[in-house]
Amino acid sequence: MKKPFFDRLLVAFSWGCALLLISAVSIIIGFLVVKGYKTINLDLIFADTRPLDGLLLKRQVFGGLFPAIIGTLSLILLAISFAMPVGIASGIYLSEYAPANQKWFFSLMVDILAGIPSIVVGLFGFSITIFLHHFFSNRIFPCLLISALSLAFLVLPYIVKTTQTAMESLPFQVRLTAPALGATRLENIIFVLLPTALSDIVSGLVLAIGRCAEDTAVIMLTGVVATAGIPKSIFSNFEALPFYIYYIASEYSDPSELMKGYGAALILLLICSGLFCIAHWIKNTIDQKQRFSY
Amino acid sequence: MRFAVKENLAQLFFSGAAVLSGAATLLILGFMILLSLPVLESGLLMNILTDPWSPGHGQFGILAMIVGTLYIAGLSLLIGFPISLGCSFFIQITSPHGPGKLLKKLVQFMTAIPTVIYGFVGVFLLVPVVRQVFSYGSGMSILTASLMLGILICPTMILFFSQSFARVPKNFLLAADALGGTPFQKLIYVIIPHAWPGLLTGLILGFGRAMGDTLIALMISGNSVMLPSSILDSARTLTAHIAMIIAADFDSIEFKTIFICGSVLYLLTSCGILAARILDRRQQG
Repeated sequence: MKKPFFDRLLVAFSWGCALLLISAVSIIIGFLVVKGYKTINLDLIFADTRPLDGLLLKRQVFGGLFPAIIGTLSLILLAISFAMPVGIASGIYLSEYAPANQKWFFSLMVDILAGIPSIVVGLFGFSITIFLHHFFSNRIFPCLLISALSLAFLVLPYIVKTTQTAMESLPFQVRLTAPALGATRLENIIFVLLPTALSDIVSGLVLAIGRCAEDTAVIMLTGVVATAGIPKSIFSNFEALPFYIYYIASEYSDPSELMKGYGAALILLLICSGLFCIAHWIKNTIDQKQRFSY
Repeated sequence: MRFAVKENLAQLFFSGAAVLSGAATLLILGFMILLSLPVLESGLLMNILTDPWSPGHGQFGILAMIVGTLYIAGLSLLIGFPISLGCSFFIQITSPHGPGKLLKKLVQFMTAIPTVIYGFVGVFLLVPVVRQVFSYGSGMSILTASLMLGILICPTMILFFSQSFARVPKNFLLAADALGGTPFQKLIYVIIPHAWPGLLTGLILGFGRAMGDTLIALMISGNSVMLPSSILDSARTLTAHIAMIIAADFDSIEFKTIFICGSVLYLLTSCGILAARILDRRQQG
């Protein structure tokens, strides 16, 4: 039997859209890979410095991506260590303790925070810096610490949301077993609910790390610069991969600098897709083990 | 008794964290409003909303940026929406097994691609193409930025659309099958009437994502401060405007107006989130 006209149209339309999207993404990634794969080598990262000297911080690396990579890593580390405890604790509160009206209010707040454009979060970090500069100490300038704090604000809602959803989606039997054996609410949370929901929470965390690695708008206003070397302390300026890519795209002066930009874009893409794969892997493999044991 | 103390302390800690997260949202709003106050009080608000931007002549209007934002976000929605709709049909209705699952994986992966990469590829691939095809200006235009943004916002919409299609009760679909409905009829008479709040929510969230993005607009829309007259003109968005202001003088009006931009963006996105929540409740209830 021949399919009706509109059904064939539907199939054609959906295939068309799917192929269009797939080809757009392949063109974007393919363009970077084709143009940039040649630049990926140790010179790109360490330039003239010997890799070991650079890694051990014996000598400053000039002209390579090493300072930008270190900057991005320290940014991630700081931001996540601020956002993780607060985010997970709020998620637990929202799913386990909060009465309905509080839950409504707090999850609205978290939703709004998640929707705020990242540049506004950056502007907030910047205005805090001015505020502190005026009222506390005029030695406070945009720096690594301020950037990390602002980024923490940016990823906080993701961590709260994933924790809350992970805890709320636990099956009822899991929830009731420990209290039935005499466990208190806190014991139930720490020994049963959190471990069971852990894989989802961790995969959410990894995605939050990806957000920290890719975000440019926040750090643009809060202390990233084009050349700073490896940050000496959390109060100094720093370099970061995404900002480096933006900077090259707008201000490159010669083809070799542009090639470095392609290399940096490719490295950032690899880091972010790696994080994405890790998050997926954690979610799928560990989750199945958990399901086995119940 | 020690148990009770521990329990209460833990609850205090958890609720404290939640209050902190909630306070973050209000704190950002507070700062934006507080820092726009000097401008609001000076009675210059109308001038700022309607004047052109030319700091040299003492005019600090952000109208062109607001229009630029709406133009770019609107056009990117126009580009992204049909594609997203088609892709979510593909994932949920026409080929839910095999190919659909693969496409869903790809869409999820797209959320992990950094925005700056879209911008970078835009500068070196899309801008020259647009310049050649239309042989008009530098190639940095509303259209260029909207094309890239259209792709960027697809994952947000596709994932939301497919989720709301999946929430249509199974027995409704089975009933339509039992009556001999074709997939198209099922879509028009069962799925869309049931899932339209979800479609609208996805649309709002996609618009918010397009409006809130900084890097693509900053890198490939040209950033001119004139009111755009066609989609091939260059334009500046509010987000790019904030990113570009590097005023050394913190007390200048020029600097203070960027907090108005911040407040406008904040309020627009929060309205979007509120609307999305109301619609979401509607589909569930």
